[in-house]
Amino acid sequence: MKKIALLATLITGAILLYSTKDFAPWGDPHSPASVHVSNVYIEKSVEQTHVPNIVTAILGDYRGYDTMFETVVIFSAGMAVIGVLRRPKE
Amino acid sequence: MESILSEIVAKYNYWIYVILMMIGFYAMIGKRNLVKKLLGMNIFQTAIILFYVSMGVKRGGGIPIVDKHEALLHGVNPAHIDNPVPHVLMLTAIVVSVSVTGVALAIMQRIYREYGTLEEDEILEKIER
Amino acid sequence: MKHLQEKAQSKPLGESLIVQTAVRMMIPFIQLFGLYVIVHGHYSPGGGFQGGVVLGASFILMALAYDLQKTFGYISERTNAILGSTGALIYTGTAALCAVLGGYFLDYSALAKIIPMNPIDWRSMGIFLVEVGVGLAVMNIMVSLFWDISSGGKMDEGL
Repeated sequence: MKKIALLATLITGAILLYSTKDFAPWGDPHSPASVHVSNVYIEKSVEQTHVPNIVTAILGDYRGYDTMFETVVIFSAGMAVIGVLRRPKE
Repeated sequence: MESILSEIVAKYNYWIYVILMMIGFYAMIGKRNLVKKLLGMNIFQTAIILFYVSMGVKRGGGIPIVDKHEALLHGVNPAHIDNPVPHVLMLTAIVVSVSVTGVALAIMQRIYREYGTLEEDEILEKIER
Repeated sequence: MKHLQEKAQSKPLGESLIVQTAVRMMIPFIQLFGLYVIVHGHYSPGGGFQGGVVLGASFILMALAYDLQKTFGYISERTNAILGSTGALIYTGTAALCAVLGGYFLDYSALAKIIPMNPIDWRSMGIFLVEVGVGLAVMNIMVSLFWDISSGGKMDEGL
């Protein structure tokens, strides 16, 4: 059983290591992650929201829907833990 | 050989994340103890978070906090600011990982209360009986 | 001095006078720092999630140095649940209010119909409102997670 697990891990790692060939090198300004939408955020967010911290502007405004359900996820986790563990005092 | 070595040196960060991910993955599928599985999942998540944050780095870039008045007057040059989108994504991912760890620990405690053990084999034996 | 020594010896295992005094002195500053992180999230690294976790950590520190009963004196289980729900409600409420006032869902500039202000400045203010909600929710859920997991749901002594 453990041998199968080790084999699966090694195969997954090998595939991932092979696929790093296509990734951008560390710190590349022209990597695919930093050419499309992020430049628009950096250029426009101060103008559109008057918030100097770009991360806060994206978190609270542009991706507000994401953050809202994030809060709902945390809230549900708290309620789930109370529901699973809480028991009345004897 | 020379080309492989230079490839590794240029992308050493991905190698670190893949090795971290393999450790976590092996702990998740190879171990029989539920707490060890949870630890493996946390290591896995750390690897993913590091991977995302390292994608946002730009050589010669600063933190994504700008001077407001300066930015309103002259605009911002994206080449001098790190990519903020992975930071935002990982900010929410860290919080989700905390919630998931909390719920998993709670369920494990309940399993221990019910069956008296956290080993997978023994739990399966007790369920079948 | 002798009084203190006797007091220290009468304590159960795991409760140290030095740790408790240090924690009692540190907690106000930790909470102040947490509030600072929340309200200063526009200008420096920080925001609702981080500040909420720092605020929650202050209560967890108290529960570790003393026991759970001490923290119930500051924030009872009932208050905790109400505050956590309020945090989630502030976020969704702000978002729904924007839609009710004629803007899009989560478009904070629609709030300018309540208090007349520059719509762009209202977007900044809306982010602040939302961060306060997130901070409240995260703080109370963290504390509640620790209470439940450390005491096995019985809420008696804790670790």
